[in-house]
Amino acid sequence: MNRNIQRCMNFKGLSMNTLRTTTVIILGSIVLSACSDLGVKPWERDVLARPEMQLNHDPIEAGLDDHIYFSKEASSGGRGFGGGGCGCN
Amino acid sequence: MQLIKRKESKPTVRSFKKIAPALAAASCSLLSVASNTALARGEAGTWDFEAASLLYVETDDRVSAIEPVFSATRNFEDGEVLNLKAAYDVLTGASPNGATPSATPQTFTTPSGNSTYITDAGDAPIDDTFKDTRVALSASWLAPINRDWEYNAAVYGSKEYDYLSIGSSGGIKHYLNNKNTALNFGLSFSFDTIEPEGDIPDALAKMPYIASGDDVSATRVDTSDSKTIIDALFGVTQVINRNTIMQFNYSVSMSDGYLSDPFKILSVIEDTAGANFGGNLQDGNGNNIYLYDARPDSRIKHSLYWQTKYALANGDVIDGSYRFMLDDWGINSHTFDFRYRWQLGSSYLEPHFRYYMQSEADFYKRYITETEYNAGSPTLTEATSDYRLGDLDGMTVGLKFGHKRDNDHEFNMRVEYYLQSNSGDSGIGLLKDQDLYPDTKALIFQVGYSF
Repeated sequence: MNRNIQRCMNFKGLSMNTLRTTTVIILGSIVLSACSDLGVKPWERDVLARPEMQLNHDPIEAGLDDHIYFSKEASSGGRGFGGGGCGCN
Repeated sequence: MQLIKRKESKPTVRSFKKIAPALAAASCSLLSVASNTALARGEAGTWDFEAASLLYVETDDRVSAIEPVFSATRNFEDGEVLNLKAAYDVLTGASPNGATPSATPQTFTTPSGNSTYITDAGDAPIDDTFKDTRVALSASWLAPINRDWEYNAAVYGSKEYDYLSIGSSGGIKHYLNNKNTALNFGLSFSFDTIEPEGDIPDALAKMPYIASGDDVSATRVDTSDSKTIIDALFGVTQVINRNTIMQFNYSVSMSDGYLSDPFKILSVIEDTAGANFGGNLQDGNGNNIYLYDARPDSRIKHSLYWQTKYALANGDVIDGSYRFMLDDWGINSHTFDFRYRWQLGSSYLEPHFRYYMQSEADFYKRYITETEYNAGSPTLTEATSDYRLGDLDGMTVGLKFGHKRDNDHEFNMRVEYYLQSNSGDSGIGLLKDQDLYPDTKALIFQVGYSF
């Protein structure tokens, strides 16, 4: 039992470490995003303007998928709000 | 970029004669483009519509669902966008009730408390009285404030037979670096009410048996209960270069209220040495003992989300994302999603792969032991055998086909296969012979048309 608790705590500790690492990566990316080297000029947006290059280019499909996985798994949201809205979970 | 100076030549009558048909053709194609543009989706002053229908079918006669969705988007002259969406779900089939399979047949009282159903020896106990319909409506509004700021607001409501959810959300977006960077902040509030047939069972109360004269109402605490969910999201979207865009989100979700599942139960298993070691513990009437689901009344989830889209020179698009989720129930999860859009002229094929890994909640238990049951005074305060809170892996593979017509309308369809595998405590004694973690397999079909 004690060993299980210890293992559980280690696992959670690992998760916190992962969280911290990912946070550092994200903060780093935010700093990077302020760098003027990234990005394009307004006249270079032809490719990014294509519908399929929009980050959520098929919101209907994304909504249906969110509903499926919300009802089958313990995680939801991330891309957008996790929210409630269904008695399926 | 280097500009190459071309050698200029004087126009001649002959060259004009050559150019005339080309100009005529160019004019025609321009008119054609203009005509297409007039029909293009997303243009100011027009409505865009999207209709889709999803069919979700689990194998072994479990849950099946049909969900038609209709979305209408109005694009206004000043950049405002109004979206109205309606969805209708019909769910039928059977859902695992949480009890373990057993070497002997098992009798369960339905959640309504009005009838019973029997699961054969060795079979996974599933409640086949599961049936529901759901209507969901939403409206969202997005508008620019000025060149660098925009806001959005949305309201949402859905109603099932025994469940009501209402919610609203709002957000603000700020553009930086010539709109190469966008900072996003949003808040969402939801209020859900559940009013199950047969009322709300008490946490870890013993499932009553009608045939034995048990008082069902003595195990119920209320006719309905509710929860509130508040979400906050912080996001950064960054254009990396002409072909690449990236997004990072951090979101936190706080739920408070009734978070248990009134339809789920746990088996109580004998853990004292003897002939029934690992079998169901029985009460004085010879009935198996099952306890109702009991979860904490609050939950805080943190999610980190990263997505990148990259356009290849040949027009194909790679879309990859990763999500890490951590909550105070002890669950953490990793979700990888990958799509490759293979452009084939005006059509495309899009293979999809998704992988999901989740660790179990601290209070997840496949069953409760006789010792923990403690002769009716459980030593636990929280326990669930809901497989969705257990250790699980999920894998989705799929293929989507889409075809864009000349008038900018698009037809698409997809087929996907979802496989969910659970794992955990393999049981004791007699329970070791049972399959405690059957896989969930599902097929997903979707057709859609946008116009």
